[in-house]
Order: sequence, then C-alpha cells, then structure tokens
Amino acid sequence: MKEVSQENTSGTPTEYLSAPSNLPKREWKNRLFRTIFATAVIFSLLMLLILIIRIITQGIGSIDWQLFTNFASRHPDEAGLKAPLIGTIWMMALTGPISFVLGVGTAIYLEEYAKPNRFTTLIQTNISNLAGVPSVVFGLLGLTLFVRELSMGRSLIAGALTMSLLILPIIVVSSQEALRAVPAELKQASYAMGATTWQTIFKVVLPASVPGILTGTILALSRAIGETAPLIMIGALTYIAFLPESIMSQFTVMPIQIFNWTNRPQEEFHMVAAAGIIVLLVMLLVMNSIAVWIRNKFQRRF
Amino acid sequence: MSMKKVWLFIALAAIVAFAAACGGGSSEESEGSGNGESTEETSGGDGSSEEASSGEGSSEGSSSGSGEEISGEVAIDGSSTVFPIMEAVSEEYTTEHSNVQAPVGVSGSGGGFEKFIAGETDLSNASREIADEEASALEENGISYFEMTLAYDGISVVVNQQNDFIDHLTVEELKQIWVDGGAETWSDVRSEWPDKQIQRFSPGTDSGTYDYFHETILEGDDINRNAQLSEDDNVLVQGVQGSPNGIAYFGYAYYAENQDSLKVVPIDNGDGPVEPSEETINDGSYAPLSRPLFTYVKESSLQEPQVLDYVQFLNENAGDLALEVGYVNASEEVYQENATKIEEAAGSGSGSGSGE
Repeated sequence: MKEVSQENTSGTPTEYLSAPSNLPKREWKNRLFRTIFATAVIFSLLMLLILIIRIITQGIGSIDWQLFTNFASRHPDEAGLKAPLIGTIWMMALTGPISFVLGVGTAIYLEEYAKPNRFTTLIQTNISNLAGVPSVVFGLLGLTLFVRELSMGRSLIAGALTMSLLILPIIVVSSQEALRAVPAELKQASYAMGATTWQTIFKVVLPASVPGILTGTILALSRAIGETAPLIMIGALTYIAFLPESIMSQFTVMPIQIFNWTNRPQEEFHMVAAAGIIVLLVMLLVMNSIAVWIRNKFQRRF
Repeated sequence: MSMKKVWLFIALAAIVAFAAACGGGSSEESEGSGNGESTEETSGGDGSSEEASSGEGSSEGSSSGSGEEISGEVAIDGSSTVFPIMEAVSEEYTTEHSNVQAPVGVSGSGGGFEKFIAGETDLSNASREIADEEASALEENGISYFEMTLAYDGISVVVNQQNDFIDHLTVEELKQIWVDGGAETWSDVRSEWPDKQIQRFSPGTDSGTYDYFHETILEGDDINRNAQLSEDDNVLVQGVQGSPNGIAYFGYAYYAENQDSLKVVPIDNGDGPVEPSEETINDGSYAPLSRPLFTYVKESSLQEPQVLDYVQFLNENAGDLALEVGYVNASEEVYQENATKIEEAAGSGSGSGSGE
C-alpha cells in the first residue's frame, strides 16, 4: 500500500529516470534472453535444415517411377517401395477410422456424460499416462492380445488395432480439449431450448469442436505413420513381394523398409533409404497440411 | 445451426473420402499390380538374367514333379544378418513362382525362434546356433526341425586407415584389446606400439555378431566397458573411420563396402596371419572369426509342396546369392549335406504321414 501510494504521488518520470544505473543492466538482460531464445529457434531450424538438405541430396537421385512400382530387391537400383507404401496407406485407412471412433467416443463420454467423480479422474489420469508409454509396450500388447489371443495373425487389422491403441490417448486428450473449448453458453442455450444431451452434442458441441478434433486426429495419425517398433513387435514383415488384399493380409510399412535399407552395408541402399524418407516426409507434410487446412477452414471464434 | 450441420457433414465426408481414397487407391494399385509385377519381372530379368536362368534350370529340375501350379505361403522370420540372403532368395523364387508368397520378417535370431517355437513360421533364420532352451522348448511343442548352413560371414576386425603400426593381431591380443580389464593403450598390447588410448566400437549385445565374438574371442568374459556399442553397423564403420586409435569388428560385407577407407587386420590363429576375403572365409582358413549363418526348417512344413520347393531352391541358390549380397558361400559339401537333410526330412515326414 505504501509503495503504491508512493508511486502515485511521487512516481513521476523524473524518478523513473533518476535510476540510470539500472537501465543498461535491464536492457542487457533483455538482449541476453532474446539472444538465448533466438539461438534456440535457430539451432532447431538449422538441424532440421541440415537433415532435410542431407536427405534430399542423398535421395533425390533415387526417386523415380520404379521406386513406386517395384517391390524391394537386393539390387539397390531396382528396389522399390511398392509394398511398404501401399501397406502404410492401408494402415492409415484402417487406423484412422478405428482410432477416430474410439477416441472421440471416449472424449465425448468423459466430457459430456461422465460425472466428475473419483472413477472419472482415475480414467483421466490413466489416459494421460498412456500417452507417455513407450510404443514397444503397445507392440507387446498387440502381439499378445490381437495376434495370439484373438488369432488375427500378423495381419493388417492386428497392426491397425495396435496402432489405434498407441495413438488413442493423444486423440482422446486433444478431442477433450476441443470439446472443452466449446463455450458453455452454447450448450446451455441448446438445453434451454429443450434439446437432449445427445442432440446438444450432435448439433452444437461437435460442429463447434470438429476442427480441433480433426486436427488432433490427423496429428496423431502422423505419429502413427512413422512408428516402427510396435509393428516389428507384432511381426510385420520386411521383405514382401505382394500387396495386401484384405485386412487379414500380411504387410510391411515405410519406416520398417527404410530402417532396413539404412542398416545395409551398401551405400546405394542408403540412397534408396533417403528417397524413401523423402516420400515419407511428403506424406507427413500432406497430412499435416490437411490438419492445418481443416483448422483454418472450420475454425470460428466465439 | 444448419451451417454447423453442413460443416460437420463436410468434415465427416472428408474423413470418409480420405479413407475411401486410400482404400480405393490401394485396391486400384492391387489391380494394377499385374502391370507392376510384369515390369519388375522384365527389369529383374535384365539385371539378373544369368543367375535367374541358372536358378530356373536347377529349381525346375527339382520341382518338375509338382509342376507349375505351386501356390501357398512360406513363413520366414529371424535374423537381420541372414535377411539379405533370404530377401534375395525370395525375390528370385517369387519371380518364378508368382503364386507362392514368401515374405521375410526381421525379428532377430531370438525373436525368430520365439515365433518358430510358437509354430508360426516354417523357416527361422539365425546368425547363431539354436540355444539349448530354445531347442527344448521346440521339443516340448513337438516341433521337429533341422539346421541348414546357408553361408558364412567373416567377422572383420578393422582399424583406422592412419593406423600404420598394426600388421596383424593374434587371437590372444584381440582378446586383450577387447576384454574388460585388458589393454588400455596400444602399447599395452605390444610395447613397440604407441602409448595411445584404444577406442573400441562393437556391435550391440542383441546382435549375433556380438554373441559370436563374445563366445569365440572373449570366451564369455565381459567386453571392455569403454567400448561403444551400436546396433547399426554403419555407425561402427563411421566410428572407426573418425578415430585414429579406433578398432572395430563387424560383418565382412561392411568391410567390403568400405575397403578404401578402412584397414583390415589379419588375424593369427596359430597358423600365421590371415586376412578375411571370400577365399579365406570360404575355405575356413580365416579362423576363428568365420561364422556360419543358418536357417532352421520345420520338418512338418516340408509336406507342403511350396515349402519343400522353396527350401530346395534356397539350398541350390543360397551360395551364389549370398556372394551377391556380401556374404561368402559355404563349401559344396555343406550344401550337399543340406540336400540330404531336406530329402530325409521330407521322406521321413511323408513316411510317418502315410503310416498314420
């Protein structure tokens, strides 16, 4: 109180300027932190740039039509990505809907229906914890549950279900955030009009939160597209000279193939691997762009 | 309100369209796979017409009885070291028999045996011999199997190219360098060598290369705790390339690919120093670091014509294809021995089958 009154009465510009010894120090500090933060940005950007330049210079020469039309081969110049590319697309096409339905369903239940009691808190905490579980553990779960117990074998569906479990926590958490961001007035207005909970969710809450939910889902799928460990765990293959015909088919995915190529002694395989990485990066970029586009297209401020 | 609904539908439609496009894309691709395969066949034929034709000749000889209509699946999994050979064999085999699916997984020697024990695979590749526990687990599950030696890998000991003092190492010196509590500097190994810290690069403990080295050279003792371990052999190559006092060991193919930038160390096992090369590994004079690569075959699987045919094809072509991917073929007797084992297993299996 004393300080405030002092500032009010005698806190004139003259007193502000009467402490010149303090100002250079503060400005110096300001510059220091600015430099630190800028360095952090520049460092990560530089690393990314080096990575991208290295990958592109190594891999661009190996990108040709054969890369997409050929199966893997022991001859690096004939080796292609056909099986892993189609495998990855299948994987995404299966994982997407499965994890979307399960994840958004869970989020809606937790946000709109569940009573805030101890049980809900327990579920909530566990979902957040699951997001931090190493992916290999999900692979083990998938191997025991889907591959062996439910005897799905080393099939696409077993892989997709494992992947869905892996990204489920991310989707649930991001969907919950999106649902929570819907203003309470909108919901209350809907209830006031006599709408049921379901009507409110379907006609008010979901349309308002769809951008956030879809963004979260697509970003989660972007993580799934680069995962190798859980799929190797459940027995995804590495060399495969046929395409999946159904969800029970055996499969391989891009990261497995890329990893295998980088591990080879022959320099030429490293180049094909770099080409594979470019293809994977492009796929990721497209998916992330879709996420950004959806967000911008549907976002509204309340 | 209606706008929101429209947006929701657009969004949902986008997902469905995305999924459908992917699904559609893949089904189109699989329809078009006929074209893709045929182009691959022609290109593959150009690239490898010689061994493909030789392979064809021999395999047709063996499979002429069962005819051209062989179809079905051969389930193969196991060691990443053996993978390049199996990939090459499957590639050649499925070009000839397009109705047979012979995909190859890479779960590692141990992971492969786990699936083999569970009865999920027909062939289990391994860069080491089957362990006693694994063998007894197989027996428990009633799976009889036999071992086939496919090729050899010469574990190559290399040093930096600037290293001008090393001319060879005896097996004892090699152990002294790598064992925990052994030599710290090069001068500890031989007094005339420089007083520089040795930098060691070793394959990771999961790899069969490590296992073999651990058993043969270290005789079960711990590896030097300053050794840098990596599961990626290319990292070892780079490590020793960048360290003037470095030493590393890895599969022959990794040395062969980097001959110009690495110096290989001849190993003296009592009969004078021997350098790893296709000849010395093949005739067994590069000892004790030549290690065999195996595949384990489930005997009952040989009753399926496609597995029998594949295994015969494998035995006939493994040597040539191993050379092509950077390993060394075994001697002729080894493959003959394999052939006898296959015949016996196939014969005994069908004998017991008819008996039942």
